[in-house]
Amino acid sequence: MAVKKSEAALDPLWNNNPIALQVLGICSALAVTTKMETSLVMCAAVICVLTLSNLTISLLRHQIPNSIRIIVQLTVIASLVIVTDQILKAYVYEISKQLSVFVGLIITNCIIMGRAEAFAMQNPPSLAMLDGIGNGLGYSAILMATAVLRELFGSGKLYGYSILPTVSEGGWYLPNGLMLLSPAAFFIIGGLIWAIRVWKPAQVEMDG
Amino acid sequence: MFEEYLNLAVKAIFVENMALTFFLGMCSFLAVSKKVETAVGLGLAVIFVLTVTVPANNLIQTHLLSEGALTWISPEFADVDLTFLNLLCFIGTIAAMVQLVEMTTDRFFPALHANLGIFLPLIAVNCAILGGSLFMVERDYDFGESVVFGLGSGIGWFLAIVALASIRERLRYSNVPHGLRGLGMTFVITGLMAFGFMAFGGIQL
Repeated sequence: MAVKKSEAALDPLWNNNPIALQVLGICSALAVTTKMETSLVMCAAVICVLTLSNLTISLLRHQIPNSIRIIVQLTVIASLVIVTDQILKAYVYEISKQLSVFVGLIITNCIIMGRAEAFAMQNPPSLAMLDGIGNGLGYSAILMATAVLRELFGSGKLYGYSILPTVSEGGWYLPNGLMLLSPAAFFIIGGLIWAIRVWKPAQVEMDG
Repeated sequence: MFEEYLNLAVKAIFVENMALTFFLGMCSFLAVSKKVETAVGLGLAVIFVLTVTVPANNLIQTHLLSEGALTWISPEFADVDLTFLNLLCFIGTIAAMVQLVEMTTDRFFPALHANLGIFLPLIAVNCAILGGSLFMVERDYDFGESVVFGLGSGIGWFLAIVALASIRERLRYSNVPHGLRGLGMTFVITGLMAFGFMAFGGIQL
C-alpha cells in the first residue's frame, strides 16, 4: 500500500493542507467566514460530503469509464449535496438561509472534486474515507481560524458572545469594519499561509 | 431593449465581477494565474462554457423544473415542482460542456491542454460557472438576458484572471518576503484588486 492510513488522515492538516498548499476550496472560505456559527455549519457540511463522496467514488472506481468520469463524480457529489441541503433546511433553517447559495456551491467546492479525482479514483475505500476526513479537517482548520479572527476583530464577538464590548453597545472596542469585507479574508488567509510556511519552510515556492 | 442588455453586460463585467466581487471561481483563479498565456486560455474556456451553460440551464429551468413548467406535456403536471433537482441538472449540463471543451482542446490545442492540466476538469467545479446559473435563477433572467449575463460574467472573469496573471509575472522581479512567496502573496494581491473593484460598487445603471 503506497499511502499509510495515518498519513492519509493527518497529512492534509498541516503538511498538505487543501487551502494553504493545494489551492482548493477557497471560494467558500472567503464567503462564509464572517461569523463562527456559519463557518462551523459549513465545515460540518463539507466534512460529511467529502467523506461520503470519497467513499462512494472509491467504491465505484473500477466501474467508472474514464471518458465520462467527471459527470459521474459530479452526479455523486451533487446528490450528496442536495441531501445535505435538505437536512440543513430542516434542522437549522436560519443558518441555512444565511449560507444561501454557498451550500449549493459545495458541489463546486474544488476540494471535493479535486480529492475524488486525485485520490479516491486510485485508492481503496477505507483509505479514501480517511483522506476525506483529513482534508475536511484541514479545510476546517483554516476556515475556523479565519472566522475567529474576522468575528473577533470585525464585530468584537466570538460565536455570538461579546468578547470585546463594542462602542455602540457602551464598551470601548471600535469594531474594524474592514474585517467584515471580503478582501480582509484574503489578507488573513495570506497571513496564515505565511505563518504555515515560516513554520514548514519546505512548502515555500521558489519561482512564484 | 438593446440598452437594457448593454446595462446588464456592463454590470456583469465590472460592477458584479464574478471573481472580484463575489469571489467565485477562486481556486483556478489563484492556481492558473502564474503565466498570462495559460490565464488567457483558461479565461477563454470559462467565457465559452459560461455563455453556453447559463442559457442552456435557463431553458431547463423554465421548461422542465420550475413549478407548473411541465404543463406542455399534459395539464395533469400543473402542480409538479421539480426545483429541488436544479443543482443536479445544472451540474450535469456543465459537466457535459466541460468534457466537450476538454476533448476539443486536447484534439486541436495540445500545448494548451498540457498547460491547463488538472484545471480543465476543474472548470466543471469552477464555482463561477455554477454560480452563474444559480444567480440566473435567483434573479429571474429570461432567455435573452441569460445569454448576455453568461457572456458578460465570463468576460469579467477573463479580465480579472488576465490582470492578476500580468501582475504576478511582474512580481517575479520584486523582493517578496521568503514565506509569503507564491500563494501567500497572490492572496494579498487579490485582496487589493478586490478593493479596487469595490469602487465600481457605487455605479448605478
